[in-house]
Amino acid sequence: MEIGDVYSSRQLDEAEGEQIESLKARSQQPIPDPDEWLEQELERNILVTSVDAILNWSRRSSLWPAICFPACCAFELIATAASRFDISRFGMEVIRASPRQGDLMITAGTLTWKMAPQVKRIYDQMPEPKWVIAMGACAISGGIFASSYSVVPGYNRIIPVDVYVPGCPPRPEALLYGIRMLQQKISKMSLVTEGR
Amino acid sequence: MTVALSGEEIASQIEENFPGSIVESSPKSIVVNKESLFAVASYLKTTPGLDFDYLTAITAVDYYDYFEVIYQLTSLQHNHSLVVKTRCYGRDNPTLPSVVSLWRGADFQEREIYDLFGISFDGHPNLKCIFLWEGFQGHPLRKDYL
Repeated sequence: MEIGDVYSSRQLDEAEGEQIESLKARSQQPIPDPDEWLEQELERNILVTSVDAILNWSRRSSLWPAICFPACCAFELIATAASRFDISRFGMEVIRASPRQGDLMITAGTLTWKMAPQVKRIYDQMPEPKWVIAMGACAISGGIFASSYSVVPGYNRIIPVDVYVPGCPPRPEALLYGIRMLQQKISKMSLVTEGR
Repeated sequence: MTVALSGEEIASQIEENFPGSIVESSPKSIVVNKESLFAVASYLKTTPGLDFDYLTAITAVDYYDYFEVIYQLTSLQHNHSLVVKTRCYGRDNPTLPSVVSLWRGADFQEREIYDLFGISFDGHPNLKCIFLWEGFQGHPLRKDYL
């Protein structure tokens, strides 16, 4: 094998650089948390309540996480998924390798700008409806790396976040509590207000 | 356990073969000038009795006046090690010879130093960004990077 064959082309690298720079330029402000519908009590109570109830029950009881574990919080997530803490109690033991089969992204770890386009792509590939749990200090705000040249200061710069779980890293109990909070949030969703 | 060879003894041996190449030496390390770096590295790798066949790591330090690049060499055959340093002056376009042709393991590490310190390596087969992306401005591990 020629020594040049194993390297990526300059053209590919430049395309990647442009992609990262443009994402960074577009992501200077956090995306607002998708929670405005939580206040719309009246609209959610007039129609299709029983349909909502059964739909939300099925959605919240089988959240399948897509893989997004770029750093050390992943170990707490693995502990959460293993037998001692056991997230399969909530119907979510199937952690999918394919984002197309997942509806929950648990962002377990520091995100760098170089990695950000890939995470955004994984999020975009997940089918609706989908939710995001920002796990740990880095996922919430960039943590101790917040002012670094290479770290995204919070996942909400690139994707909307539903639940924030603080900690560095959070204990599995904290993550389970965050998952319970998300389930409560999902149980308040309604077909009437969805998609607005 | 790996025996760390005395830099002073190796330095006198190198000085015999490459006069004027040693800048300073101590029991812990040797400092060679950058013009003879490649020749010295090649000598350390191929001389029987030394046989530094394995490059453990390359790192760099910014001392404001100059950059110091540190090569940690190991001989798996004799189980001994040596620290070789070299200095390169000037902040605009510091350049060193590449040792990729001697140790393939230098490939990514030289690219990392190129990325983070802006030191170029002559003769590197693929010198471009590795951690940062194409188009990133500046060299973050330099002391004057803000």
